[in-house]
Amino acid sequence: MRATVSDLPLVLDGVSLQVGATTILAGLSLSITPGAPTLIVGPNGSGKTSLLRLMMGLAAPTAGRVSWGGRTGSKPVRRAILFQRPVMLRRTAAANVAYALSQAGTPRNERAGRAAALLERVGLSDLGQRPARKLSGGEQQRLALARALARDPEILLLDEPTASLDPAATRGVEEIVLMAAQSGIKIVMASHDLGQVRRLAGEVMFMVRGSLRERAAAADFLDRPSTPEATAFLRGDLVI
Amino acid sequence: MSDQFSAWQLILNGDAALFAIVRLSLAVSLSAVALAAMIGMPLGALIALTRFPGRSVLVVLLNAMMGLPPVVVGLAVYLLLSRSGPLGSMGILFTPTAMIIAQTILIVPIIAALTRQTIEDLWAEYRDELTAMDVSRTGRMATLLWDARFSLLTALLAGFGRAAAEVGAVMIVGGNIDGFTRTMTTAVALETSKGNLPLAMGLGLVLVAIVLAINAAAWGTRIWSERQAG
Repeated sequence: MRATVSDLPLVLDGVSLQVGATTILAGLSLSITPGAPTLIVGPNGSGKTSLLRLMMGLAAPTAGRVSWGGRTGSKPVRRAILFQRPVMLRRTAAANVAYALSQAGTPRNERAGRAAALLERVGLSDLGQRPARKLSGGEQQRLALARALARDPEILLLDEPTASLDPAATRGVEEIVLMAAQSGIKIVMASHDLGQVRRLAGEVMFMVRGSLRERAAAADFLDRPSTPEATAFLRGDLVI
Repeated sequence: MSDQFSAWQLILNGDAALFAIVRLSLAVSLSAVALAAMIGMPLGALIALTRFPGRSVLVVLLNAMMGLPPVVVGLAVYLLLSRSGPLGSMGILFTPTAMIIAQTILIVPIIAALTRQTIEDLWAEYRDELTAMDVSRTGRMATLLWDARFSLLTALLAGFGRAAAEVGAVMIVGGNIDGFTRTMTTAVALETSKGNLPLAMGLGLVLVAIVLAINAAAWGTRIWSERQAG
């Protein structure tokens, strides 16, 4: 049943998001298909988080439409999201993964085995019986990745998952993300860290003030940006 | 002085009448807490997670009902269970069952209102994650109730404190029958008015000690298990 339903391609068609008098996103049309990781970059407040929430279906656009595999308003089937600050359930690390597995419809007798495999995949095998909330920030983010992967996603959305992590923890998260990308999961990740963009991106979506200013292969964007805003952003100027 | 001395003697000698009263009081109040938890917790969680017209009115009403006067609840249950009342044929007026029913009605609003607040706060924290995992409504309720278990212990304690301390409801629907429906609070009231201060004080001391012990045990459990589960 799950094999026949797909959340890809993810298509935004003329999508706007308005909160009160403020325009968060303005007329975005884009399509996400399987391929190398897409990194969404742009200054704070450019709408990266809102865009990811719309892509996940956590928020509805005020205009336009979002569709997943041709379906609109669909429940998350083969997509998952990693928040900047993941919320750990008040249970052990292993129980957090088992919970995600149960919500994804994994039969009860397979959960323990698959939870152990997922914990190993994110390098938390030894910490399975620890309360999830007692883990460090980096460990929590890796556990959140295990939970997201438990849904067997085709597309994984990540909202600056390493923003508050130290370099070692950041590397741990990036390695798992790259591994997921190699296993065929489409990665769409917001980042404000140009080094991270260089390390992970196949392509870049550059956003300013709620609109998509540039979408290009990562190397092209980083070396030959085509808009003055992107040039300024890459130079380290404040883009307002 | 001598009254206090006799009170301690009654306790230390394990006075049979006194312990029968203590046992009945605990049985009634703990049963009421258990029943009220089974009703109040899902009810509170449901209100916390549902948006419907008139919801604010219901929340205000529920909060106000935390202060229901026990005598009023006692009277209402009395009217229901009395021989000419709608449930009179059950013949349970002036039994411990009637006392449990009255105390349950008294503390369901307390447990439901405190649960609603706790679950609503936790839902604000969990909303995105649970929505992203496509958790069903009953699944959300169960998850939030379980993850709020330490905070909800406080709601149970508030309910127990209320049940163990009230006189009015159990007096009216139980009738304070010696050896059958006499609880600590009704006995204290009776013995005081009879002038039997040693027994009244003994019961009073035991009542305070029990409430203290249960709260201490619950506090300890909470600290210990929070350390375990984070």
